[in-house]
Amino acid sequence: MLRRRSRLTAAAVSGALVAAIALAPTGSASTSEGAEIPGGPTSSSDAAPVRLDTAIFLPDQTPAPAVLLAHGFGGSKESLSDQAQQLADRGYVVLTYSARGFGRSSGQISVNSPDFEVADASALIDYLGTRAEVVQDAPGDPRVGVAGGSYGGALSLLLGGTDQRVDAIAADITWNDLQSSLFGQSILGNPVALGAFKKLWTGWFFSVGLLDPVNGVTECGRFSPDWCAAYIDATAYGRVSPASQQLMRASSPVSVTGQITAPTFLSAGEADSLFPIAQANATAEQIRAAHPQTPVKMVWQGGGHDGGIDESDRIQGLMADWFDTYLAGGASSNTSFEVTLGGGAISTEDSSANPVVLQASAYPGINGSSRQEVALAGPPQRVLSPSGGTPAAITVLPGLGGSLGSLIAMPLPGQSAMFESKPLDAPLTIIGATAASLRLSSTVPVDDVVLFASLRVVSESGRESFPQGLVAPIRLDRLGTEPLDITINLPAIVTTANAGDRLRLVVSTTDSAYRLPERPALYDIALAAPALAVPLVDMVQVRSGAAAYWWLLGTLPIIALIVALLAWKRPRLAGDGQRPDLDAIPLAIEGLGKIYKGGYRAVDDVSFTVPQGVVLGLLGPNGAGKTTTMRMMMGLIKPTEGELFVFGQRVGPGSPVLARVGALVEGAGFLPHLSGRENLDLYWRAAGRGDEESYLDEVLEIADLGTAIDRKVRAYSQGMRQRLGIAQAMLGKPDLLVLDEPTNGLDPPQIRAMRDVLHEYVEGGRTVIISSHMLSEVEQTCTDVVVMHRGRLVATGTVADLLSGRTGQRLEDVFLEIVGSDLTVGQS
Amino acid sequence: MSAGYRASATLPLRVELIRQLRRRRTIIAFLLIVALPLIVVAAVKFGPSAEPSNGGGRRFGGGSLDLVGLATSGAWNFTVTMIFFASGFLLLIIVALFCGDTVANEASWSTLRYLLAAPVPRRRLLRQKLIIGLVLSLVAIVALVVLSYVIGLIAFGSGALASPAGGVFTDSQALFRVAIISGFVFVSLLFAAGIAFLMSVWTDVPLGAVGTAVVIVIVSNILDAISALGSIREWLPTHYANAWLGALATDIDWTSMARGAAYSIVAFALCVGYAVYRFDRKDIVS
Repeated sequence: MLRRRSRLTAAAVSGALVAAIALAPTGSASTSEGAEIPGGPTSSSDAAPVRLDTAIFLPDQTPAPAVLLAHGFGGSKESLSDQAQQLADRGYVVLTYSARGFGRSSGQISVNSPDFEVADASALIDYLGTRAEVVQDAPGDPRVGVAGGSYGGALSLLLGGTDQRVDAIAADITWNDLQSSLFGQSILGNPVALGAFKKLWTGWFFSVGLLDPVNGVTECGRFSPDWCAAYIDATAYGRVSPASQQLMRASSPVSVTGQITAPTFLSAGEADSLFPIAQANATAEQIRAAHPQTPVKMVWQGGGHDGGIDESDRIQGLMADWFDTYLAGGASSNTSFEVTLGGGAISTEDSSANPVVLQASAYPGINGSSRQEVALAGPPQRVLSPSGGTPAAITVLPGLGGSLGSLIAMPLPGQSAMFESKPLDAPLTIIGATAASLRLSSTVPVDDVVLFASLRVVSESGRESFPQGLVAPIRLDRLGTEPLDITINLPAIVTTANAGDRLRLVVSTTDSAYRLPERPALYDIALAAPALAVPLVDMVQVRSGAAAYWWLLGTLPIIALIVALLAWKRPRLAGDGQRPDLDAIPLAIEGLGKIYKGGYRAVDDVSFTVPQGVVLGLLGPNGAGKTTTMRMMMGLIKPTEGELFVFGQRVGPGSPVLARVGALVEGAGFLPHLSGRENLDLYWRAAGRGDEESYLDEVLEIADLGTAIDRKVRAYSQGMRQRLGIAQAMLGKPDLLVLDEPTNGLDPPQIRAMRDVLHEYVEGGRTVIISSHMLSEVEQTCTDVVVMHRGRLVATGTVADLLSGRTGQRLEDVFLEIVGSDLTVGQS
Repeated sequence: MSAGYRASATLPLRVELIRQLRRRRTIIAFLLIVALPLIVVAAVKFGPSAEPSNGGGRRFGGGSLDLVGLATSGAWNFTVTMIFFASGFLLLIIVALFCGDTVANEASWSTLRYLLAAPVPRRRLLRQKLIIGLVLSLVAIVALVVLSYVIGLIAFGSGALASPAGGVFTDSQALFRVAIISGFVFVSLLFAAGIAFLMSVWTDVPLGAVGTAVVIVIVSNILDAISALGSIREWLPTHYANAWLGALATDIDWTSMARGAAYSIVAFALCVGYAVYRFDRKDIVS
């Protein structure tokens, strides 16, 4: 065939790279070697064998079955290296070669002539019959499969039909009948007329064989004289001589399909205007008719000579599966029918449409397993076949790849007749060739009439989709003024139409890819039957649903691991955290220290005990470590040394004993969008205890906020927040109350009231710890004090103890003395 | 120890819900969700391009599929289009807000230390807050869907859900598809929720937590747009943000959605796991 597009090559190369990388560490190193092997006779007049340039790839383990790989038109054995390597890695002896007239092989191109190219391939099977690495079914009869695409695909079928030693065949996007491929005719029922000539494709095809590195530019290049003459006859004069017909017939699988008994894998390109699906369909039906028991698998892939969707990896994989079954006795391949539905899924990459693969248990043929009539309507229309055949509609550009149907959907003015269905009631998936009947006449009798019919899907919004830009060529030798009814098969396509869409049959007079009549003519086109016969196949999507489950299941071990790690790394207090001897002691601190990240030592070796029923003052200048110590009492900060016990329970983050502690540290914290009452209510409910324990009314009385208690906290003054904060700390009347600077923001009467509240609070055996810098206040409120400075405990005892023997002195003087002496020590 | 205290009774979900629900940001977030479909309806009905376009309709959102062009064809399509619009940014911000501001804001209000000293066990605090954050996020998505449907029904009437890839769904099918889409959008936003939640534990600045999550998602989207990165992009959690389009195919394409959901769930689990690990050991100095 024509060279594969570079995109395909790149994909194959990258695929091979991935495979090479994946396989390299396992030590699986299949080897390859080149050799020149004699083939069939050079020409009908020269019996000397041609020299075929070959390469053989050996798997790890031999003997193994063999695969003969044939390349596409314009290719060589090099273009098969990746596929050969992959098959060798899969355990096959793979023989690739450059066909005669290509690469470094000698000889001239005879387009898969049975006397030459097919004889060459038979000679290669002879060669495989001599190799010890190849499994031999009988002496000189190696176990061998043959595969190829396009030119190589036809070779595979021709070889399989002529050489009975072939055990399996795989042929991709190739012809059944060269004449009907190059001269397209869609009229059903044995039309006598030659089809419309695909001049662009044929010219492109031929030009690839013209390149002759030895003789330079010549008329015939590397083609044999017979084929060169046939080509010139067709292109220059529009003729096909009986000799040309015979040449094409001999080089067509149709001549041997009756003899094919080897299991045959066929794939056809949905994007292929050169060798349309109908070609592979004919091959399948001919094999089935001659030998119904021969396994045949049909795949309509998304690619083809026009480009389409690159599925070369998938097709090569399916071919290898086929060989596994019929050469290596592996798991049995199914003979299900597979089609690619472009746009069946939506891409997440760019929200474009993605292809999906649909599957049916058996191949029903191009006309589907059933047909649905879709009513079509439209008046007779007069169309112009323009003089000189220009301008012509463009649907495909051979060699560039990519059908242009979606780009140039605008029919040329006056050249097309259109017939439309009503909006569809239900979605429709068309798989195969739709049949239509047309009534044609010409305004004057003319010879050589060429028309192109195509099926389009028109959405409710008027957007037209033109599946693969495929047209069905129609050619009549003669058309008179009397209406002529014909039935045609539109191109086989795979497409969906939605409910509400309309089907549109377009019949036009031009297509730039075909040879067109030169003289102008006017045709009248009408529907002979007001309906389309749409082929239907019951197919199911080949689901990758398992992959979806695996992705989700894959998350479970990760989540389980995270949960397990968290359970394992749950912070735990050393020991059981119980000190029964301290059960009655509200707070006992032993050797407490805290070094923050960065090395700052906020608290250093602090030990003291707070007896029950006292109001204890925690004193010290800024930076003494009071707040850090209080935060450690609340389990907010983790001590780096020592321990704290509240009622004999060690304190850590979330210690249950904290339920017996109420605290106000470094100012109150409230939800600003809620009222004071709601804040206290929600806080108590967040604490997880019953309403009956809360003493909410008593506490609100202490806060003394009046009606402000129902205003949003956002509007509170500093003093109001402070009183609400103290109230929150007192909720539930905790056994230990810790208040940090409780008098901040309070006015003197409120301070006095607070003092009374605290004295009253401890009367029932409860304990209060307050920190303050107002020493006179502490002196009046507290019974005991702890003095801290620079993170260390510098004095502890009752107020009375500290003041004893210091008549006339206030706590302030003692404090300054203690702190001052320490400062002196620190400075010395 | 106080007799009435049970760790498992602390910070009940109802309490946390009340605490969060009455906040301005919650109210504003839901107002935005009401506003989005109204604005789009107004733009379509009264905008400069209100005159009917010629047949094909304009294309938005890139790609070859005209999702937005179908928006005005009925309530279901309008709903799907609103999800498409909102999932890119509005829902991202809202989810990041609900999950990112939840702990950091307690720190900034100084309420965090009182909750922890109540004592609400640290892991329980995170759990309850995360549940409420996610519930509010889910409610936001459901509210968007329901409101869009109602507004779409008033503005454009009922009508089958038409897929941009072709295919028409009846009401019950459409409900199923939209439910799948909503669910996937929620799961795909878990990635942002996880980052926001981790940052919420990390920082005391609420907007820092929300902003970090949004920035990371946007950076991931930008990387995803750089085609030169090739298949590396497949590993970005945001790569599958639009995988819910698979729910509009005739046969639901689960693969991309599953992969996207898996990444999002794993990223979420890692973030939340690390947040818990960190919060366990954190000195609360706010």
